[in-house]
Amino acid sequence: MVTARDLIAEDIEAYLKLQENKSFLRFITCGSVDDGKSTLIGRLLYDSHLIYDDQLQTIEKDSKVSGTQGDKIDLALLVDGLAAEREQGITIDVAYRYFSTANRKFIVADTPGHEQYTRNMATGASTADLAILLIDARKSVQVQTRRHAFIVKLLGIRHVIVAVNKMDLVEHSRSRFRLIESDFQELSDKLGFDSVTLIPMSALNGDNVTTRSTAMAWYKGPTLLEALESADVDRAEEHSGFRLSVQWVNRPNLDFRGFCGTVAAGEVRPGDEVIAMPSGKRSKVKSIVTMDGEQPLAVTDQAITLTLEDEIDVSRGDVICGKDDPVDVSDQFAAHVIWMSDKKMLPGRQYRFKLNNQTVLGSVSELKYKVDVNTLAHEAAKTLDLNEIAMCNLSLARPVVFAPYAKNRRLGSFVIIDRLTNETVGAGMLDFSLRRAANIVWQDLDVGKAQRAAQKHQKPCVLWFTGLSGSGKSTIANLVEKKLFDRGRHTYTLDGDNVRHGLNKDLGFTDEDRVENIRRVSEVAKLMADSGLIILCAFISPFRAERQIARQTMADGEFIEVFVDTPLEVAEQRDVKGLYAKARRGEIKNFTGIDSEYQPPQHAELVLNTVELSAEQAADAIIGYLDENGYLSNAL
Amino acid sequence: MSNLTHLDRLEAESIHIMREVVAECEKPVMLYSIGKDSSVMLHLALKAFYPSPPPFPLLHVDTTWKFREMIEFRDAVAKKYGLDLIVHINQDGVADKVGPFSHGSAVHTEIMKTQALKQALDAHGFDAAFGGARRDEDKSRAKERVFSFRSAQHRWDPKNQRPELWNIYNTRVAKGESMRVFPMSNWTELDIWQYIYRENIEIPSLYFAAERPVVQRDGVLIMVDDERMPLKNGEQPVHESVRFRTLGCYPLTGAVRSTATSLLDIIRETLLATTSERQGRVIDSDAGASMEQKKQEGYF
Repeated sequence: MVTARDLIAEDIEAYLKLQENKSFLRFITCGSVDDGKSTLIGRLLYDSHLIYDDQLQTIEKDSKVSGTQGDKIDLALLVDGLAAEREQGITIDVAYRYFSTANRKFIVADTPGHEQYTRNMATGASTADLAILLIDARKSVQVQTRRHAFIVKLLGIRHVIVAVNKMDLVEHSRSRFRLIESDFQELSDKLGFDSVTLIPMSALNGDNVTTRSTAMAWYKGPTLLEALESADVDRAEEHSGFRLSVQWVNRPNLDFRGFCGTVAAGEVRPGDEVIAMPSGKRSKVKSIVTMDGEQPLAVTDQAITLTLEDEIDVSRGDVICGKDDPVDVSDQFAAHVIWMSDKKMLPGRQYRFKLNNQTVLGSVSELKYKVDVNTLAHEAAKTLDLNEIAMCNLSLARPVVFAPYAKNRRLGSFVIIDRLTNETVGAGMLDFSLRRAANIVWQDLDVGKAQRAAQKHQKPCVLWFTGLSGSGKSTIANLVEKKLFDRGRHTYTLDGDNVRHGLNKDLGFTDEDRVENIRRVSEVAKLMADSGLIILCAFISPFRAERQIARQTMADGEFIEVFVDTPLEVAEQRDVKGLYAKARRGEIKNFTGIDSEYQPPQHAELVLNTVELSAEQAADAIIGYLDENGYLSNAL
Repeated sequence: MSNLTHLDRLEAESIHIMREVVAECEKPVMLYSIGKDSSVMLHLALKAFYPSPPPFPLLHVDTTWKFREMIEFRDAVAKKYGLDLIVHINQDGVADKVGPFSHGSAVHTEIMKTQALKQALDAHGFDAAFGGARRDEDKSRAKERVFSFRSAQHRWDPKNQRPELWNIYNTRVAKGESMRVFPMSNWTELDIWQYIYRENIEIPSLYFAAERPVVQRDGVLIMVDDERMPLKNGEQPVHESVRFRTLGCYPLTGAVRSTATSLLDIIRETLLATTSERQGRVIDSDAGASMEQKKQEGYF
């Protein structure tokens, strides 16, 4: 640290440049009070010179009152936070501690070791990439060591440092250390960690914590700090296909739709082809947007905003994936659950499951077995109590996007929330889907009208605007569509302009052609309703019979006839397109209202008098009708 | 590991937390206290929602005893970014003429800060309030959750906190209950300074050394920011080159003698300092558990 201090004093800018490139490691310390865990963390903080003078003075004062080290400073007091803990001398909750060296910044989750605090340990382990397991050199591998190693493994930590502490109390014996090493080997063989490093140390005296022990010259391995600094905790997520779980959709205006979220795996570049799950819709990444300009690359763990080339439907909870290996979708899972509440977990009871930006109702459909955390034995169980861990089958109310926890921690983890109290009562890890058939969703098979509509959170329908030329049908339909669009609904407008120039360009305005025109439009509307859309049809459609045919084409309740009631004199007076004038001069034949009949509806769902109502008011009346009749009732 | 630095990772985590609040909470607000941590928090919010402006208002609880420079800075920032700024003052406290000199720091803080904050949160019906607190500031903060549940009475129950695993946050509250959300929980003071330097974030001039009128009381240098400060017998403000490591009510915030006039100077000084940053705060220097108690009662 002396050199660092010198650099700070002499060239602060150079120092900051060095610091900017520090890497980051989150680790957990597991052990109980007796193993000297708080002392160990206190030692790391103390030896890294991270204790300020005034903090040290407070600790020195406190050491005299409640310390356990006589006249020595009790370093454990640095880390035992809550007043209750200091009084009782135990660590009852997870405390987070921070320190850094020249190369790395560390976050330490300091968690309690007793069995009644299993949930706290799981909490600390959930965000850690490495675990320090403390073993008292006098006692070797204990029941609690097994428990800690199991929880660490369960939460997906693959790298373990075993701190064999209190070596000063076993005369720094090399043979004692070797014995513990072989004891632990047996356990780790069973659990299968990627790396295990055993270090003999004395936290109290500082041996092999940050400085090499002279008392244990036989030990050639790294000190604890060296091991922490050099630990390679490369995660599988970083090398797998791209996954972005959409957390929030950024829509400052109609021209920008940014998908915000934290990259759960892989990396992404503009131009990459992607597939959105569960819809299976494909597009290309247009840009990675930041306040500092567009970026050429985003990597795992970055919180980003993506825009796509196409206007595809993506909302919170959906996962944007690399095109070749989309994530799975399922509603039935095998999972490990850790129960965290005093109230028992009951299979069959409905809880909220929050996973990966999705919150759904669900239940434990079957409790397969619980795990005795001390012996790792499987036991039959009907319910789960606080701190118990079990293998369960889950059944969720709707399919969710997921990845097995072993492959992706972000996409495979969940918490369980009580529906009444809103407390977090459990947490878990998805092992696999019980229904491989769930994959069909992205292959676009077995998807019906209901699924398509449910995905869009709306009830499909046709708003059929009928009325004289110039009555305001298209104007009102356009306003309604804008309003629906703003509310995130999925719509399409069919009107004379986009139909008569293409699909129906072979048709004229004779009575027969008018009938055929409406028939074709009805069929197109039906297909669109089948795809889950809200369709707005704006056609003069003067004859009752054809409107009746259109109505019959649609399912019950899907056809909403909107009569845009404007008297001929008013429409003719407006004559926006100058058509009435032409018709009066005889330049247009078969013009509705002039030389062709208009049959007003007798049972329209909505009648809008445009003499009394502005176009805006008329549009609001239609939205009101849709709201009241449940077409938009599913909350987004 | 990928090439993300520790600052990149802290930034990403903070942005994730802010977006989660906006996605899930009905009416969030950001507590803006004008200091360096608030400046960083606001910068993170601007980044998180870009190109949208932060989709929530800023709330400043004004005790009426803040440094004048703080108020000027606050208004300038709100104007620069076009932010919706709510300023709340406890009018009952004003009517009772509550102040740190007449009532002492404890009563003043309770009424003009803690009570005022509750009044503002209740009046607007906010269900989530961002705060810039960090876990490294204080022992009791080390155990506070990122999403910290508050009862309808704004109380914190340290022994009954919701487990918080991975990056999954339980945001659900019943009517009247709320969340205090700390997006910068995992930042340290050094991280804050490094980030201010890296991102070139504007901070109030009070952090920089300047000649300011101060008096020394109980070992703490207090700046005489206005005429409301009663001088004791024989007490004479002297001009000294001082700066502040934290900002609050001027009578409760100790200055340090310094000649650090640039950001790099400040950072150098901070890194070489041997006293923790809250030492200049009069409110913290009671018993060790003092902050924990205040937090239970609704202090931020």
